[in-house]
Amino acid sequence: MAQKVSVWTSNRFWRRSATWITGVASVLLILLTFDSMAQMKMGTAEDIAKKIDKRIPSPLVINYTIEYKLDPYRGHEIPIIGGEMQRKEGGIKSAYEKKEKFFGRDDYTEEEARALIHKGKLTIQAKNCMDCHTLLGNGAYYAPDLTKAWLDPTWETLAPAFNGKEYAMAAFLQDPPKMAMHERKMPNLGITEEEAKAVVAYLKFMSAIDTNGFPRNFGKIKGAVDARK
Amino acid sequence: MQGNKLYQSQELAIKYFTVAIILFGAQLLFGLVAAIQYLYPDFLFNTLDFSIARMLHINALVVWLLYAMIGAVYWLLPDEAGIEVVGIKLANIAFYILTAAVAVVVLVYLFVQVGPGKESTIWFITEGREYIEAPRWADIGIVAVVLVFLYNVYATVMRGRQTGILTVLMADLIALAGLYLAGMFYTDNIAVDQYWWWWVVHLWVEATWEVYVAAVGGYILIKTLNANRKVVEMWLWIEVAMMFGSGILGLGHHYFWIGTPEYWWEIGALFSALEPVPLIGLFVHVLYDWGKERGKGNEIKNVPAFAWLTVETFGNFLGAGVWGFMHTLPQINLYTHGTQWPAAHGHLAFYGAYVAIMISAMYIAVQGKAGLERLKMTKAGWWAISLISVGVLLMTVSLTVAAYTQTMVERGMHGATWEGYFAAQSNMWFLQGIGWRLVTGLAVIVGYGFLVYDLITCPKHQPVEEGETAAAAA
Repeated sequence: MAQKVSVWTSNRFWRRSATWITGVASVLLILLTFDSMAQMKMGTAEDIAKKIDKRIPSPLVINYTIEYKLDPYRGHEIPIIGGEMQRKEGGIKSAYEKKEKFFGRDDYTEEEARALIHKGKLTIQAKNCMDCHTLLGNGAYYAPDLTKAWLDPTWETLAPAFNGKEYAMAAFLQDPPKMAMHERKMPNLGITEEEAKAVVAYLKFMSAIDTNGFPRNFGKIKGAVDARK
Repeated sequence: MQGNKLYQSQELAIKYFTVAIILFGAQLLFGLVAAIQYLYPDFLFNTLDFSIARMLHINALVVWLLYAMIGAVYWLLPDEAGIEVVGIKLANIAFYILTAAVAVVVLVYLFVQVGPGKESTIWFITEGREYIEAPRWADIGIVAVVLVFLYNVYATVMRGRQTGILTVLMADLIALAGLYLAGMFYTDNIAVDQYWWWWVVHLWVEATWEVYVAAVGGYILIKTLNANRKVVEMWLWIEVAMMFGSGILGLGHHYFWIGTPEYWWEIGALFSALEPVPLIGLFVHVLYDWGKERGKGNEIKNVPAFAWLTVETFGNFLGAGVWGFMHTLPQINLYTHGTQWPAAHGHLAFYGAYVAIMISAMYIAVQGKAGLERLKMTKAGWWAISLISVGVLLMTVSLTVAAYTQTMVERGMHGATWEGYFAAQSNMWFLQGIGWRLVTGLAVIVGYGFLVYDLITCPKHQPVEEGETAAAAA
């Protein structure tokens, strides 16, 4: 006599459920990935000329000023490249107009800028930067996050002595113990002058990536701890 | 199991386990160096800098877990399928190739450390991408070895008995291996780089590895408690549904701040918040089966393996589930991302979810090799499980204190600048947390000593119970 088995205790039912759930979740992930990849494509010179904001902008941003400002429309801070302008829907966006010298030039071609950040990214990987620092918040927690390092107030204070913060950053990278700012020093990793410039270019480029407001309030507040100083 | 006579595949499993436990020791050693450097930054400065110690710490972890995972499959495969593993000679050769490659990679990490900013460094020294730093040549080698492993599994199951546990493993292992390919390319776009990097890291540890654990955990339940296979396999399918159902789209919680579209906030928050649910299921299942078998008067056939499995289920739920949930919502993660929070979560999660079950599997192999009907807990085994578990739990609590401080001081009060970072790092609470982390780490290392001793000697040092001596005398 066949016993009636509840579907809830049927291995076949659960096997099928598991297969379907996994399949649907995977398909959704793949579809979302197509959309994300399209939105995360690196920008071009054309985008900048047409003032089109890209989540990951063209490396040409190294020719422009970069700020990190609160956008009332999106409700968090966004990178502002080359000065700000009003967005049609409200809030602010990048104007891509205000230039600034980067290692003495503000006329890098797209090819030159791409070559610089290519070298910079390779160096960042070759020196294992992410095993001490975080980049976009990912990595190790032994040294400061580098997502917005280009905008860090520390470099503004060092800039005058070096004729520009990019020179200060490049000098630091080539011999970090000499310019140590804390007892937890960065070691000398044999970074050449060419590599140092490329890494600084990468840091400037990375600070222009739209990170949905991370880190919050960057460089804006001086907390109660500092108030005593 | 068949007394002292093992399948060749199980002999190979023991080789994998041996390398795994040695690399576990290396992981702890480099972790110790890194923990000391947090307190005394000059320790081994310019010799074995933090970046190198930390890279070896996490790479040794990943590699030893993979060794143990492969080992556990070679152990249970012939047992489940009922036949010797197909292509076992090839499997043995693959083991030696993999081990030689790992040795070369480690020596290069230790003595070359970094390279110039060129493609050749990515190919031969380091890829510089957290957890998967292995240079490209090694990636290709790993893929070749894994293909041999997959051939062994598939060919064996095709010819032998096809159980539910093996079906899940077959599907899971191919996904696990395939995902590694997502980490094998270079791009200048760091956002895209991290997007695919998470495919490997997240879809391993929060999806395919979890399903692997559920499958191997099911096997261990059958071995230690004689649990009903039909019930175990039903649970396993429910676990697969819940783990993949939450874990695959839970990937979104890594896509909040890396240049990704905003919709990942909602998707990541919802699905990753569900990730703890299957982990509750795991420990409920284990305790339920334990109680049921005890009620029938059945004894546990391998006490250390069962004890480690129990630690796994609770550690997985606490470390991966609770500690993960604490900072998974974007509103909170905005402030905790990139602080000691993930470090606190990571330590208990890796330990709870993966380390404990791999040790459990090793005890199953110890019992099988010795041919013992029952394996009891020795004193050394008790010290090992207690010191390591309490040590890692308290280490996590210490790191959590440091994490709270860092989030509050650096992120909340100072707006995440360089100055704010160091203000947090020199804060008294932070330093105390980091100090206790070192102390608890030492406890784990002592526990590791007991563990190695016990794995080697426990069959010979089985405690004799009162009833048994009386029976022997009579």
